[in-house]
Amino acid sequence: MSGAHDDHGQHHDHEDGSHFSETELRVKALESLLVDKGLVDPPALDALIDTYETKVGPRNGARVVAKAWTDSAFRDWLLRDATAAIASLGYTGRQGEDMVALENTPTLHNLVVCTLCSCYPWPVLGLPPVWYKSAPYRSRAVIDPRGVMREFGLELAADVEVRVWDSTAEVRYLVLPERPAGTEGWSEDELATLVTRDAMVGVAKVEGPEK
Amino acid sequence: MNSVHDMGGMDGLGALEIEPNEPWFHHDWERRVLALTLATGFLGEWNIDMSRHARERTPGAEYLAATYYEKWLAGLERVLVERGLVSQDELDARRDDPHAPVAHIGHPRLLTADNVERLLKKGGSARVGAAGHEHAPGRFAPGDRVVARNINPTGHTRLPRYARGRRGLVDRDHGIFVFADTHAMGLGPQPQHLYSVRFAARELWGVDAGERDAVYIDLWEAHLESA
Repeated sequence: MSGAHDDHGQHHDHEDGSHFSETELRVKALESLLVDKGLVDPPALDALIDTYETKVGPRNGARVVAKAWTDSAFRDWLLRDATAAIASLGYTGRQGEDMVALENTPTLHNLVVCTLCSCYPWPVLGLPPVWYKSAPYRSRAVIDPRGVMREFGLELAADVEVRVWDSTAEVRYLVLPERPAGTEGWSEDELATLVTRDAMVGVAKVEGPEK
Repeated sequence: MNSVHDMGGMDGLGALEIEPNEPWFHHDWERRVLALTLATGFLGEWNIDMSRHARERTPGAEYLAATYYEKWLAGLERVLVERGLVSQDELDARRDDPHAPVAHIGHPRLLTADNVERLLKKGGSARVGAAGHEHAPGRFAPGDRVVARNINPTGHTRLPRYARGRRGLVDRDHGIFVFADTHAMGLGPQPQHLYSVRFAARELWGVDAGERDAVYIDLWEAHLESA
């Protein structure tokens, strides 16, 4: 299934030379119907898209992680009450109303999945990538987490405990990765540039500056 | 319901699609589906659990073939028709003719642009706090041995098949939350304690699983029995 990049169904030719897939036509029909019935407001649609395209993304989560690495009181707060600690940085709202942070250590690695749909902590990571939402990840992360991580290039030693968190309810999980070596004395801003989305889901580690 | 959406533990569903520097959207219509889904959600005609149930009722073969936003599109059309906000005839007519006439009905909870930022930031927690439930003690406590019930409802459930009948350990009590299983079916929020339950990987998957590995699943009180 290479569905992310293909339109399904037939394409239609139009007088102006443009091509619309079945899906595009279906979406256009639905949107125009909802606008004309007065059930959606076009400027609100634009504002929703703008929010998730330009304002919310993994940079938010990276700020949380970098602060936890440099401020032990914040780290403790994050692990005790992630919702409040993350809200103190201004990251709140839809699909992140109730947060839990999971700390990785040299002997413990956390990985997040949603086997039943695609639950993901939007305020700190933005919208999920295709692989997170797709059947291969959702099906295998719980039964073969080490194999899945290996496909991302992460090989964990056998004595590291792997904990997989299946987001089956409205609690959303953020992995607090290990701070990489070679970053002593780095500022919060500098550290934040190293933190990746994949590390905050648990399919990668944060790479240090030597790599 | 025991459909293909409940896919934890399955093999053979293909290779991971890892795309470096993946864009937020791959097609413009995906933006529109996201926005339409969120905007109509604010009308309050259905809840998020009903939305999930609408998506998982997509026929299995279709569900597996669909991309994420195609699933959202199918789910949104389904709830709109079921709530009577649009009819299938209206949808079909618009697909044939973009100018097919339709009456303006409006909605008292129409989402307007000036409210978008505030409402997204506010979110809508499923935690039940202020209604006098907060201090109700849970049936289980961290450290308790539990077994996930063997249930096979034909409606919505957040108890995945791979955990049913398996023994675990209560790891933490998240507090009292709206119960998705009933909330999705229009049977009310039935607030109850939600727990993170630790299942040893070997309990779930047998002797080939990592000896120290575990899967943590968020389960409500109604999903669990003492073990």
